Amino acid sequence: MESIIETKDLTIFFGGHVAVNEVSVRIAKNKFTSVIGPNGAGKTTFFNLLSGQLYPTKGEIYFKNENITKKSPTIRTRLGIGRSFQITNVFPNLTVLENVRLAVQSNQKIRYQMMFHYKKYSLFEEQALELLELVLLKNKAHAVAANLAHGEKRKLEIAMLLALETDLLLLDEPTAGMSLEEVPAILEVIKRIKEQGNRTIVLIEHKMDMILGLSDEVLVLFNGELLAQGTPEEIMENKTVQSAYLGGMSNDSLA
Amino acid sequence: MKQLNKMQLSTWVYLLISVLLAVVPFVYDNLSMLFLIVQIFIFGIFAMSYDLLLGYTGIVSFGHAMFFGVGAYGVSIVLERSEEPTMAVVILGTIIALGIAAVISFIAGILTLRLKSHFYAMLTLALAGLFLAAAEKMRDLTGGSDGLLFTVPEFFKDRTNLYLLCLSSLVVIFFLLRRVTNSPLGRVLVAIRENEQRTMSLGYKIFPYKLIISVISGVVAAFAGVLYAISIRFIDTTVFAVDVTLDALLMTIIGGVGTLIGPVIGAGLIEYAHHFLSSELADVHWIFERWVILFGTVYILAVIFFPKGIVGSIQGFVNKRKIKKQEQFDKKQSEKDELAG
Repeated sequence: MESIIETKDLTIFFGGHVAVNEVSVRIAKNKFTSVIGPNGAGKTTFFNLLSGQLYPTKGEIYFKNENITKKSPTIRTRLGIGRSFQITNVFPNLTVLENVRLAVQSNQKIRYQMMFHYKKYSLFEEQALELLELVLLKNKAHAVAANLAHGEKRKLEIAMLLALETDLLLLDEPTAGMSLEEVPAILEVIKRIKEQGNRTIVLIEHKMDMILGLSDEVLVLFNGELLAQGTPEEIMENKTVQSAYLGGMSNDSLA
Repeated sequence: MKQLNKMQLSTWVYLLISVLLAVVPFVYDNLSMLFLIVQIFIFGIFAMSYDLLLGYTGIVSFGHAMFFGVGAYGVSIVLERSEEPTMAVVILGTIIALGIAAVISFIAGILTLRLKSHFYAMLTLALAGLFLAAAEKMRDLTGGSDGLLFTVPEFFKDRTNLYLLCLSSLVVIFFLLRRVTNSPLGRVLVAIRENEQRTMSLGYKIFPYKLIISVISGVVAAFAGVLYAISIRFIDTTVFAVDVTLDALLMTIIGGVGTLIGPVIGAGLIEYAHHFLSSELADVHWIFERWVILFGTVYILAVIFFPKGIVGSIQGFVNKRKIKKQEQFDKKQSEKDELAG
């Protein structure tokens, strides 16, 4: 199995509390991996460590065989790690279009240009609009991001992430806070990315039925530790997972 | 495209206002009023440079007077030491002053810009204090608290020339800075102001942006200092005082942060208020001479009721309408698409 990102004994302490404890995983390239675990299991902290929002107390992270443990979030994004945030994290006073356009601009490496008007790069805006169409947000392109509903902000997050065209997509509960009608559309977007087969998706999600169908592999975190890793079928069969995370639910109730 | 046309329209409006202002000294020859307008132009430039930091990048600096002072002292020292103050000397002095300001803002930026906002604010305050102390101590160079008196070429003694020079400087700098703030780099600055962490996770390095804009801001502030020194023909250590920075802060906030034109309007209002309160109204009641008290009150009221400033509030109102219109248009368009699909 060719891995895209690998952690070795990844550990972080917050004071006396161990949020992620000696997690060693290899995440397969161009596959769909889900991270599950109860609240407080350390899923988001694990993501924060991968994307560089937090630095580990101990352990190492390798991305495409390069040690990135001490690299900043900026460098990690440039190397190909993109993430969406669980708590919506956009530019509140800018328009939806501008939020995505800034991501496209970064991806096109127009970073320090100050001689021309930004509108001169009209291609960026067109690309941003295409992405907004993909996540069903084109009709809000000119709205101020702060005025969006929660679910819409999540869609915006995904559009910004897609604009970066990174090899690895870390999606932190992309459908949280969305209405039931909105979820299938976002799942459709994620499925489409998966079908393209050239990106690795790692996703934190609570909706079990959704992820079990999509996932090639599942990681289970519990109290900051890696409890199990395997195919969805293996995870469903795993007795430790059932007792720890699923509270002893039977396979039937999972399906 | 539509927005670009709007931009051109605003450019024409600004140019028209500039032409009207350029006519003023030929039809109105009240010397003290012309001098006041020159000061407004100069502080307009200074406040715009402050807006680059505060309004566009979200950096609060309490030491911006440092660059103003470096510009003012740079040109003054060169002029005072020259045997004959010619235009070449002024140009040389300006280049030296701006060069020093660029180097200082670069070094100060490297030392301080990695700090979190309030630490940065405190450190810039300390740095400006250092320059003030240095200007007072280095008497041989700066004349200490007695200040420096110097002569300027005849060209600058003519009030109309000085007026037109300052006006054209203001206009040129305004358009240059507008280009910078509307460039891809300028948009990233706004992103940094809005959400620094998110900007990083889009793949932008924050520090070089802050450094670039603080150097640009420092050089523009120094240029305002150069014009100030030439217009007054005398400077003392008060150019390094915190009051100068606070004036810029006030002008920017009252005019409207992040608008560029706002700080110029703010400069106009505050300079005029300084003049009006301390000269005209001072005879009516002593309280008007203590204009600082009144300014404090106005400042508090402005922050409470007009946090976006004059231009910011107007822009906010216009943008809201524009966005509403656009949203309605988008909605209709998507409904049409759905029907067609």
